Amino acid sequence: MFDTLSERLSRTIKDLRGQGRLTEKNIESAMREVRMALLEADVALPVVRDFIEHVRQRAIGEEVMTSLTPGQAVVKIVEEKLISLMGEVNTSINFNTQPPAVIMMAGLQGAGKTTTVGKLARYLKEKEKKKILVVSCDVYRPAAIEQLKVLANEIDVEFYPSEKNQDPINIAKQVLDYARKQNFDGLLVDTAGRLHIDDEMMEEIKRLHDVLTPSDTLFVVDSMMGQDAVNAARAFDEALPLTGIVLTKTDGDARGGAALSVRHVTGKPIMFIGTGEKTSEFTAFHPERMASRILGMGDVLSLIEEVQEKTDIKKAEKLAKKLKKGKRFSLEDFRDQLQQMRGMGGMSSIMDKLPGMGGLPANVNTQVGDKQFIKLESIINSMTTHERRMPAVINGSRKRRIAAGSGTQIQDVNRLLKQFKQMQKMMKKLSGKGGMKKMMRGLGGMGDGGMPPGSMPF
Amino acid sequence: MFGFKKPETSQQQTVDRINIFSSLKTGLSKTQAKLFGGVGDLLLGKKKLDTTFLDDLEERLLVADLGIHATTEIIDALHSSIKRNEISDHDLLRETLNTVMTSILDPVQQPLTVPADKPGPFVILLTGVNGAGKTTTAGKLASHFINQGYSVMLAAGDTFRAAAIEQLQIWGERNNVPVVAQHMGADAAAVIFDALHSARANNIDILIADTAGRLHTQDNLMDELKKIHRAIGKFDDALAVENILVLDAATGQNALSQTKQFNDAIGIDGIVLTKLDGTAKGGIIFALALETGIPVRFIGVGEQLDDLYIFNSTDFVDALLEYQ
Repeated sequence: MFDTLSERLSRTIKDLRGQGRLTEKNIESAMREVRMALLEADVALPVVRDFIEHVRQRAIGEEVMTSLTPGQAVVKIVEEKLISLMGEVNTSINFNTQPPAVIMMAGLQGAGKTTTVGKLARYLKEKEKKKILVVSCDVYRPAAIEQLKVLANEIDVEFYPSEKNQDPINIAKQVLDYARKQNFDGLLVDTAGRLHIDDEMMEEIKRLHDVLTPSDTLFVVDSMMGQDAVNAARAFDEALPLTGIVLTKTDGDARGGAALSVRHVTGKPIMFIGTGEKTSEFTAFHPERMASRILGMGDVLSLIEEVQEKTDIKKAEKLAKKLKKGKRFSLEDFRDQLQQMRGMGGMSSIMDKLPGMGGLPANVNTQVGDKQFIKLESIINSMTTHERRMPAVINGSRKRRIAAGSGTQIQDVNRLLKQFKQMQKMMKKLSGKGGMKKMMRGLGGMGDGGMPPGSMPF
Repeated sequence: MFGFKKPETSQQQTVDRINIFSSLKTGLSKTQAKLFGGVGDLLLGKKKLDTTFLDDLEERLLVADLGIHATTEIIDALHSSIKRNEISDHDLLRETLNTVMTSILDPVQQPLTVPADKPGPFVILLTGVNGAGKTTTAGKLASHFINQGYSVMLAAGDTFRAAAIEQLQIWGERNNVPVVAQHMGADAAAVIFDALHSARANNIDILIADTAGRLHTQDNLMDELKKIHRAIGKFDDALAVENILVLDAATGQNALSQTKQFNDAIGIDGIVLTKLDGTAKGGIIFALALETGIPVRFIGVGEQLDDLYIFNSTDFVDALLEYQ
């Protein structure tokens, strides 16, 4: 997401960077570009105005004019403003309360509340080791309660049954009583989607809030939403003491202006973002990372975290030990690595976070990636164990068989073997001390070209 | 029937259903009275017809999600009219604005008709991103066609989202129409293929197929959609199929990307704009009309069975510019 905003700002800022001296006139033209970019990204008009005014004032002010590199100075101002728009610190669910900590969802229809309850429950259970209970107070949408039940079952979190002919207020009272008695750490409450102009329904959620007295009330908003996001956010914020925002469906290509708008209007932090269909695809929101992503500077921190989290440590250690002992990196190890890469969401998800990659055309990313991996994997799968360990034995007729077995061409098999040889060489170099560090530096090199010098934090 | 929620509004609506156009306005007016007033207000004010006025109008159009392209188009047209001194007072300006905006939407006002000369069933395939309102639209469409005297069947092609099948089955009960469904996780193409057989065997006129919400950027999910599309062709390639993209009126400029991707994947024949009963203005359809020209078939304005109306460009623009 944020792709085009980042593309546009990158371009504008590149122009600014090239200029040794900034005049009021070229700042004006840059600001016009920024305004267009923000509007196209669905950032709400009042927010755009505020943003531009702030950046302009500081840009024509002393601090830029006296700077040796005025272009860089403007970039810094834009970045700082973006970060402050999205909230400086990353906040999380508050458990410093008499248990259970009650967390209530609120939002429009189709924003993704029920899915978010499932994802958040899993997140709190796995990352914070909390005992979680979920309940649905959505007695209106057909099968909404059933949906939460299925989700809860899938992530193995307790579900409190409610019925569609019950009064939501009663459900709230009962579940609260139950959660207290059963010593749950957290209670996640799903509510019906409602329009902010529907007085009756807004009244209902206020009453729900009064009964539940949640420690966190989260406004769930679709990242694809347009200008109306401000109206909805304002109305919900006025009706309820919101404590945070959840931004959903960020795996699309929406530029996500809604995130900026909602944050700006409510002043509440964006806590989490939904990043995919699976219940595990849900992460804490990091404003500074998002801002640098918008500016095309990449999101290396998230990448490292993901690598750490998703690589199978045991396998990696085994491989490291093996290599240290002087044994060779085999095709089986290669396959393991391919599988782990896929586990991280494939090449596209990795490239997305690398500096300088924001400038690539939108669909190149997915193309380079994932299909190629699957192909490589299937070629290796079509080999015998002997061939995997001793690739040297693979001759012409074996290649033909492997190509036929994996549905590829002989050229593909050749290419894989060549790549593998290169990998083997690289692994040899890596087997010494500080191997991983070196490899990460190698990864960073992929971003040459668009990468601003010194932006890699290693 | 659904008296537990918002009883007054729904009753009021049913009473008003004498004339489809007046009821469309009733549906829209729930919304517009509070928000579309924006543009109308501006026209009421005694402002001078100068650039500040046009700037002001431009902002209001942008806020309505029309996007930069459509907004510029409209402003430019007005600007040249003013230059040529064709506009002397506010009434005339309002009229011109109305004409300009309606002319953008006119080409996409093409109501959905059920072809009589094709073999049955007529297939309506509902697609769209997550949370756009596909399942609800399936329920409302069923009601719409039943009221026109057609026999309808529903196919639960959303086999991914938890309880999506149950949700569609409830809509089936409300409409008293059969629902073909398998278990969660089943192959969506197979479900719809089965439903086609069943619909043909039972002489059903229209099969409305729900599908799972999918983000247009997920290649594998878009491939699945293509597979569904192929499966329908395999059943009988002479079949008339309407691929509908369901679009949330609150969607911003991303709707353009959504429409293009879905159109590239299976070809979109019509758009249904949902959730117009909020403060979202659905201005994105102006941008869509200019960029894609895909017909807008229906608009959705609520959660009840009959909250679905045939799209009419004149009514839509009138409502948009309505005085308070």
